[in-house]
This record gives sequence, structure tokens and C-alpha cells, in this order.
Amino acid sequence: MKPVLLIDFGSTYTKVTAVDLDAQVLLGTAASYTTVQTDINDGLEKALAILEKKTGKLSYHKTYACSSAAGGLRMITSGLVPELTGEAAKLASLGAGAKVVKVYTFQLTEDDVEEIREEKPDIFLLVGGTDGGNTECILHNAKVLAEMGGDFPIVVAGNRTAARQCERILEGREVYVCPNVMPKFGTLNIEPTQKQIREIFLNRIIKAKGLSKAAALLSDIMMPTPAAVLQAMELLAQGCEGEQGIGELVAVDVGGATTDIYSIADGMPEHMSTVYKGLPEPFAKRTVEGDIGMRYSIKGIVEAAGMDKICRLSGLEKTRALELIDYLAENTDTVPGDNQELERLDFALASAAIEEGVARHAGTIEETYTLMGKTYVQEGKNLTKVGQIVVTGGSLIHTRRTAEIAAHALYDPLKPQSLRPMKADVWVDRKYILAAMGLLASYHPKTALAIMKKELEFYGHSE
Amino acid sequence: MQNREKKVLVIGVIGADVHAVGNKILYHAFTEAGFEVVNLGVMVSQEEYIAAAIESDADAIVVSSLYGQGELDCRGMREKCDEAGLKGIPLVVGGNIVIGKQSFEDVEKRFKDMGFDRAFPPGTAPETTIEALRQLLHMDGETV
Repeated sequence: MKPVLLIDFGSTYTKVTAVDLDAQVLLGTAASYTTVQTDINDGLEKALAILEKKTGKLSYHKTYACSSAAGGLRMITSGLVPELTGEAAKLASLGAGAKVVKVYTFQLTEDDVEEIREEKPDIFLLVGGTDGGNTECILHNAKVLAEMGGDFPIVVAGNRTAARQCERILEGREVYVCPNVMPKFGTLNIEPTQKQIREIFLNRIIKAKGLSKAAALLSDIMMPTPAAVLQAMELLAQGCEGEQGIGELVAVDVGGATTDIYSIADGMPEHMSTVYKGLPEPFAKRTVEGDIGMRYSIKGIVEAAGMDKICRLSGLEKTRALELIDYLAENTDTVPGDNQELERLDFALASAAIEEGVARHAGTIEETYTLMGKTYVQEGKNLTKVGQIVVTGGSLIHTRRTAEIAAHALYDPLKPQSLRPMKADVWVDRKYILAAMGLLASYHPKTALAIMKKELEFYGHSE
Repeated sequence: MQNREKKVLVIGVIGADVHAVGNKILYHAFTEAGFEVVNLGVMVSQEEYIAAAIESDADAIVVSSLYGQGELDCRGMREKCDEAGLKGIPLVVGGNIVIGKQSFEDVEKRFKDMGFDRAFPPGTAPETTIEALRQLLHMDGETV
């Protein structure tokens, strides 16, 4: 037996997962309540004690961890045009597993500086201009950042013509220069920046977030939890040498405060007659809906879906539903348990969260009549042919109606413009192993994939 | 503006126009002539030209229109450029930019009144446009 320990430091829970590399099996999982304010090691020790009861005493060959503790990796970005380098900066940061607190475009203002001071980002991503293009904006913003001071690291990934000048302007600050996130119009190059962001996270953020004590017991690798999940999803979709993946997929994690959506899919237009508009999106794409969550952001779901829909899905009276929603917004640790009303309400909320989240993540298609006849204009990813949906998050794991909820991620004939999957197999991450498998994937992809394929529960087919 | 080896052009076919062939020919002709070309393809909105021109710090915008609705599609583009900080950027338009038999002099005047620097009638050879761009961008004597 060759056991490996995988740790996920969350903001409220520390989750531990033990796997055996030799047999390629999951040995056990456990979780314990934590707060960073006290000591992150308390939570870890408690979780390990619970795990040990399940697995017996193990001597771990390696220990890897990811973290979203202390607010996760909080980033602010600034680009030039909102739909172009502004969007590219956001996509790069989200894909690196960051929580994007603010996205600025054009020149930074005095008010922006105040906001940046208040937000205290962990990393600032400064971009703007294609290579050889506009330099004015990024240079101006570099000057503003230099003048405002602060100790957050700055990643410069804009117009290469201005990169070194930005570095000089920001002399004395922690600055990293990366290749342009949008070197040419309509071309994304976000991987080098993402790699840099993860490195900074590893070297710097961990210490700042009080994780260094825990880090002492780690063998290597520490990444933001969403980055680990994204890595797991890429592996699950594409497979690795010696083990096949399950194909293009969409994954949804409905949490208490946010809903994360991942797609591992090409998504380019299917037909010659379709014109693609906007930035091409990354093959592995992550979006976060900060206003959609089952508890802290419950009001955001209601706002997005409308009360009528919540009532229809839950079968509850409007006044009663509103009462319960207010209650859940206050009492965020409530779980439905045997309460029928709450179960129905959570079903409605989770369904609406998935529908809205995936609709925002997926691309759209619009029918246009031209003098040459009918044409289609596509923006964003076409996910209609994606055949797999992976779901996770408490509201989906602790219910018997998982497939029914997940079906809300699918194409809706009433909203044909939203390019969501037509039909898909539904998989449930009932043991919360996705982040752990993403970590393991860095060193043992085949084992991680085999475990995911075994442990993710097939939940039927939805159309 | 910095010293660049090449002048940057943003090109595309405006409005609900899907004529892709001429656009590809212009892309190759301009590139061959030594320009750096940002090609937005077909069905391009005014906002897309402007966004691309800002990011790439373009020297000129070249608008094509083949389906006769060019005059409607181009209306207000100069004002939008001014608004977006692209004051004075050369705007060039060409193709079947209006419907019916009209004297091109009148058509050209209308487009110039709309703020376009040059307008070209149907059947203009790429070389003519390239020459006009060289003049507009003060590239006389330079070998592009």
C-alpha cells in the first residue's frame, strides 16, 4: 500500500482524502469545521482524526493540498476595452482559480485607487493592448499603481512593447512580467499568466494566509481549490495515457455563497453558416457567479429566477416561500434534513441556480436575416453537443432528486438562444473528491482518473 | 504613438453583411502591401471596429460593405470614434455602399459628410485603396 493524503483547506471546512496509489482506490474522506482565525491546523488535526477512524493508521507517502481559505485567492484586474483585454484578464484569473473581486477597464481613476486600497487584493493583474498596440492605458495604470503603493504583487501581461517600461515604473514592487494575455486581436494566451499566478499563490499567499504551518507537512504543490477542480475536470474529460476520459463535459458546483461552472469543451460553431463574434473562449473555462448561492447568496437566485419560478418548482405558496428564504439567508448553516418544505425549496433554488449559472456560462446564438438569407451569430461556447454533466455541492449531494436538478443545466426549447447541452449523462461527486483528484492529477493522473470514474456516481441520463 | 515597423489597419464587413470573399482578398492584399491587418471578418458592428482599433492602436479603419445598406450602417461611426478617444483616426469605406444607380460623386460627398476620409466605388482595385491609405497615413517615400 502506498497511501497519499490530499487536503482541501476551505473557508469553513477542511476536507481530507486518502488514496492508495498501488491499488488506485479511495481509502476514505473526512471533513471538519475550521476557521483561519483560530488555527488552520486545528481543523486539519480534527479531520485527520476522523479519517483515521475510517482508514486506520496510515503512514502517508506524500501530502498535497489546495486552499480556498481566508477568502481564497482574491484578484483585481485591469484591462483596456471591456470585451477584449478586460475579458481576457478575467478569464485568465478565473482559470487560475482566483476570486475576481474587480475588473477595471480603460484608465484607472482616483476612485478606483480607493477601491483597490479597500479591497487589498492578493494579486493584481495588469493588462491592456495587443502586442504592438495601445501602450498608453497600461502605462498610465502602472503609474497609478506605483503611486498608490501597497504590497500586493503585480502581474504584467499586456502589450509586450510596454511590458518592461511597466516593470520600471513599478520598480520596488513585486512585479512579474508574462506574455500578453491577448497578443493579437481575438487570440487568447492565458496559460503563462495562470502559471505565474499559481506560483505566486504558492510562494507568497500561503504565508500571508496563515497556512505556512500546515505547509510544513506538505510534500509539494499547493494550489487554489478551484484550480484543482478545473484540473480534475480537464483530466476527467480528456483522459491521460493509458486511461480514457469521458469526453467533453460541463461541471457545476453550487455552493452556499457562489456557483462555479466549468466547461471542458471546444464550443466553436458547428456550421459554416454561423458567424462567431467576440473573444474565443478557453477550452477549459471556469466562471463564477458571485450572486448565486444556496444560502449567503440566496436572494441572488431569487432575483435571477423570479419568485414565480421558485414557487412553481417548489410548489410552495409565495408568502411561505419568502418567509423560508428570509430564514435561510439568516441561518446559513440550515440543512433541509427531514423537513419537507425546506427540501422542496432547496430543490427549487438549486435548480434555478444551475439553470442561471450554466446559461451565463454557455454561449448564445442569434438568428439574423441578411440579404443573403438566414445566418446565425454565435457568441461564447456552443455546449449543445456536450454529453456529460458533473455536479457537486451540498444541495445536489444530499438529495434524491439530483438528476432532476441537474437537468436544469440542459437546453431549454423555450430559450433556444442559450447553447446548453441537449442531452447528457449526469454524474454526482457525492464524496467531494474533485479538488483532491485535481491535486493528485499533477503527479498521478491515471490513478486520479481511475478513482474519479469509479467514485463519481452515475445518475442517469437527462434530455 | 510609438514607432512601429508596420501601420495597423482594422478591416471588416459592416452590418448584417456576410460577403466574405472580398474581405479575404483585402486582408491578403493589405498584408502583402506591408500593413499589419486586424481582420474582423463579416457582420462587424461599429463598436467592434472601435474596440479592435483601441486595443491595437490602429492607424486606420477600413470598412467594407457589399449589400447596399452601407450608408445606414456607417451612420454615426465618426462620432462614436470621437467618443471612444479615436479622434481623427482615418476612416475609409468601399464596396457597393449604396443601392441603385447614383452618381458616385454624390455618394462620396455623403460619406465624407459623415466623417469618412475616403469612399471607394464598386470595382475599386485593392491597389487603389492601398495607394490612398499610403497617402492618408503619410507614408510617401516609405517602402511599406
